[in-house]
Amino acid sequence: MSLLQNNFPTFLQGFGYTLLSSIIALIISMILGTFFAILQILPQKWAQKIGNVYVQVFRNIPLLIITFFFFLVVAKVIPMNGFAAGTIALSLYTSAFIAETVRAGILSVDNGQMEGARANGLSFGQSMRYIILPQAFKIALPSLGNQFINLVKNSSILAFVGGLDLMYQGNMVAATTFDTFTTYIVVAIFYLVITLPLSYYMQNLERRLKHAA
Amino acid sequence: MEKAKKRQFGIIATIVLAAVIVLGLLWATAAAKQNEEHQDTLQRVEKLGRIVWGVKSDTKLFGLMNTKTGISEGFDVDIAKALTVQISKQTGVPLSAEFVPVSSSSKIQLLKNTNIDGTVSTMTITPEREKIIDYTNQYFDAGQSILVKKDSGIKSIKDMNASKYTVIVVVGTTAAEETKKFAPKAKILAVQDYATGMQALKAGQGQAMSTDNAILYGFATENPDYQIVGGTFTHGPYGIAFDNNQRPMVKETNKALATIKKNGVYNKLIKKWFSDVPGLDWHELEAK
Repeated sequence: MSLLQNNFPTFLQGFGYTLLSSIIALIISMILGTFFAILQILPQKWAQKIGNVYVQVFRNIPLLIITFFFFLVVAKVIPMNGFAAGTIALSLYTSAFIAETVRAGILSVDNGQMEGARANGLSFGQSMRYIILPQAFKIALPSLGNQFINLVKNSSILAFVGGLDLMYQGNMVAATTFDTFTTYIVVAIFYLVITLPLSYYMQNLERRLKHAA
Repeated sequence: MEKAKKRQFGIIATIVLAAVIVLGLLWATAAAKQNEEHQDTLQRVEKLGRIVWGVKSDTKLFGLMNTKTGISEGFDVDIAKALTVQISKQTGVPLSAEFVPVSSSSKIQLLKNTNIDGTVSTMTITPEREKIIDYTNQYFDAGQSILVKKDSGIKSIKDMNASKYTVIVVVGTTAAEETKKFAPKAKILAVQDYATGMQALKAGQGQAMSTDNAILYGFATENPDYQIVGGTFTHGPYGIAFDNNQRPMVKETNKALATIKKNGVYNKLIKKWFSDVPGLDWHELEAK
């Protein structure tokens, strides 16, 4: 435990960056994911195509490759550091999974809901926003929770591009103290500090929404 | 009431489970620590008839993976082979050499876990490391230097002492600490291996890559737009490493090392790997 004491500021800094990256990626991926989910269920063929291509590309490429692409290739044109490259890659990667989750949620809302909304004079956008999406998110909530937890854990990708996150600091501490095993246990506990409350909160939210219905 | 109880149970169960996991891992660490103290490397090697060497797979001239064969090639690998032959002669036990790729950050852990018996992997001898592993005498004389783009205007590490500069290093090498001593204001970007470091340097994620001159020479030969500037600013000879308290193994290896230095095998390997490096006087590396 002296390892934790001696390197506490380092771990804390890493914890902060992991949290920051996760929150940014979560917001961006939710927005992008919902956008591409809607794109995929629009009646227009070209919109479906775009949404589909986006999802297939980012869902089927390893996160590490997307990260390195931003860190090593895109950075030549638009300068960005490892933290930015990693967070962008994480957002895009996760948004593909969220798009699929949300799309499944939308599809499982009964068709009559949309027809009813339209028949009552709501536009397509309005029916989507006020009728379909609230129900879709409720259905998709359990798997969205999974995606969020995955996102937090996947943020360890930042370590490979010098993103100063928890995993990166863990590597540095392990390299200077040579106590690899203890260091990674400490890192694991710090991840649990984020993921356990998150999963508990998602469960709670699920339960509350169930009763709201 | 019923629901509140259920929730309480859920919280308690979560805490207990987390505690069990943490305690289990701590116990595993303690068990692993106990294990590592009671194994004599020389005895194990003689019993199994093989020495498993950890070598680099991403370092040109020292240990670079040949993608066709999947085997590392380089000075370190050849030294390990020569030492195996020599130790085999000394002990009278037929020994074969096996190679496992290691990275800068993983090699000490692999030694501790006895996944490898010893490592010849461009490893600088430092007092901190000597506390937890055993080193042989030096087998290669190296020092830290920096690799920069030819038109960067950077002449030495001292020029980089400003917060606008980033120095790329590899996790687990001594380069990060040494760089902080000579350019305390410069930012440090630590990457996982040298290949990524070189790519990051090319992508402009840093203005210089810093590590041992010997390794940088390999990159300079591959990338003519980049050059080594300022000479070496540290002195850090490489040693062959074994787990802690392996005096018999270290003794045998030192004896073998002295022999191959004397009988010309060592110099032949120096010539094989370093005679073609531009800007390097390989005769200086030869054993006298």
